[in-house]
Amino acid sequence: MIKGSVWKFGDDVDTDVIIPAKYLRSVDQTVWPKHLLEGLDPTFSSKVKTGNIIVAGRNFGCGSSREQAALAIKWAGVSAVVAESFARIFFRNAINNGLPLVECKGISKAVDEGDVIEIDLDSGNVKTKKGILRSSPLPPFLKEILKSGGLVEYYKAKRAV
Amino acid sequence: MLGSTAVEKIIANAVGRRVRVGEFVEVPVDFSYFHDGTGPLIIDALKRMGVEKIKDPDRVGIVFDHSVPPYSDQAATLQAKVRKFARDQGIPKFHDLGEGICHQVVPEMGYVSPGMVVIGADSHSCTLGCFGLFSTGVGATDLAYILATGRIWLKVPETLGIDCKGRLSGKVSSKDLILEIVRMVGTDGATYKALEFSGAAVRHMSQSSRMTVSNMAVEMGAKTGFIEADLKTFEFLGREGKTFRTDTKVERIRVDAGSLEPKVACPGSVANVKPVYEVEGTHIDQAFLGSCTNGRYEDLFEAAKIVRGRKVHRDTRFIVIPASKSTYLKAQKDGLMDIFLKAGAIIGVTGCGPCLGVHMGVLGDNEVCISTSNRNFIGRMGSVKSSVYLASAQTVAASAVEGRITDPRRFS
Repeated sequence: MIKGSVWKFGDDVDTDVIIPAKYLRSVDQTVWPKHLLEGLDPTFSSKVKTGNIIVAGRNFGCGSSREQAALAIKWAGVSAVVAESFARIFFRNAINNGLPLVECKGISKAVDEGDVIEIDLDSGNVKTKKGILRSSPLPPFLKEILKSGGLVEYYKAKRAV
Repeated sequence: MLGSTAVEKIIANAVGRRVRVGEFVEVPVDFSYFHDGTGPLIIDALKRMGVEKIKDPDRVGIVFDHSVPPYSDQAATLQAKVRKFARDQGIPKFHDLGEGICHQVVPEMGYVSPGMVVIGADSHSCTLGCFGLFSTGVGATDLAYILATGRIWLKVPETLGIDCKGRLSGKVSSKDLILEIVRMVGTDGATYKALEFSGAAVRHMSQSSRMTVSNMAVEMGAKTGFIEADLKTFEFLGREGKTFRTDTKVERIRVDAGSLEPKVACPGSVANVKPVYEVEGTHIDQAFLGSCTNGRYEDLFEAAKIVRGRKVHRDTRFIVIPASKSTYLKAQKDGLMDIFLKAGAIIGVTGCGPCLGVHMGVLGDNEVCISTSNRNFIGRMGSVKSSVYLASAQTVAASAVEGRITDPRRFS
């Protein structure tokens, strides 16, 4: 169960606003979370706290394949992203790095910024003040990657067997 | 027996059994590639995985295109890390600075052929789908997993057909066609799906024009932009392969290429597409001709026809960047570079250039750029207060001359 308070964004949040390209070529990877979502809210990285949840509209993470977008969100302490839908490369990158995602229709309308919501990854249920929203849980093997902590850990666990 | 889509057949061929749409499969990868941008994280992931030797160095391509030449000490340090990796792993298909953009160099070198499963660590890897193969973009960790195992997990995508009837003509190009398609489908209308472009307009256009079309499949959320291979495909690649065809019914969207007008995607969203005449006269500070979308010889050629004997507007910087060294050489030999230079254009080093907003033409506050590239997100090419219009090579060239957005049909 993941429980946390919500930061809310709209549709088509692209990877350029999640983490602008000018910060990518940094050998110091700790800079990424400092610029998280800077394109939409320059003060966001100073406000977001460990355990917070991002809620967004359609097509979250569209654009480039930069994995730094998923990493910046994870390293900023965000515990999960719930959106109406995700762009597919971002979806893969998040799962591969152990960042939980829930594709949940109707979430934008059911949640306001600052609300506390509860996510049950096993069932795909999201508990909001307006009731429980149901979504399809991840297929078993994606859950396994997520539970391992990401694709690297999944690979290592499989190799060890 | 029920038919299948071409993409289903390619995936089935790779896994050695029939596959169904929506099924998750582990697929052997024929060729994978990445660039200096995604390379460092791939190497980090391999290290964390404990992989010392990658599975098959011959099936991997590395092309430096994002920071050419490196724009900072950190970019140079990261490139050195990737360069050392290529050497240590014995990767023969390694292209250092100045060879071109990965999506251009990989097919030009004939590293891929129709029927293959190709994965690139760049979102525009969907471009290669126009060579009759399955190609999609992934992130660094997925690519590291491929290097380690030779495989990737995929969900077999549903296919959305885009039937392009008629024929492009005059100053209307395949860029105008794909912008119109993005408008119709929307920025997420093809999420998780394979797009398949077909019809007379696609068969008639050059392989380079097809690359422009498939390149922007990802701007609709698609996994790939498939186009059935033909003689033009084989000629471009310098090799043949296995040709796969869709022989089942798929959902189709129809578009008439013959009645198209020049289009422009207005700032903020690639789907915010209007006819050029609706925004004509908009002031521009910069015009960019290049990128994996429109940096090929035919783009430079069409732009040069407009610029020839004219001058770039004094308030506009016109940046021209060929997509590859071979494009550059041919354009230079044929006098196109002379035309651009004499008109007042700035020729940049072969690579991605200013498309991703880190060097070689970064936009300042309130600046406006018209670009042949593929993304006009907020802040994509620089300041979050700048804006980007996307258009064809012809429209960009016409606008560079006039200093404002201009319909290329005004130039004979």
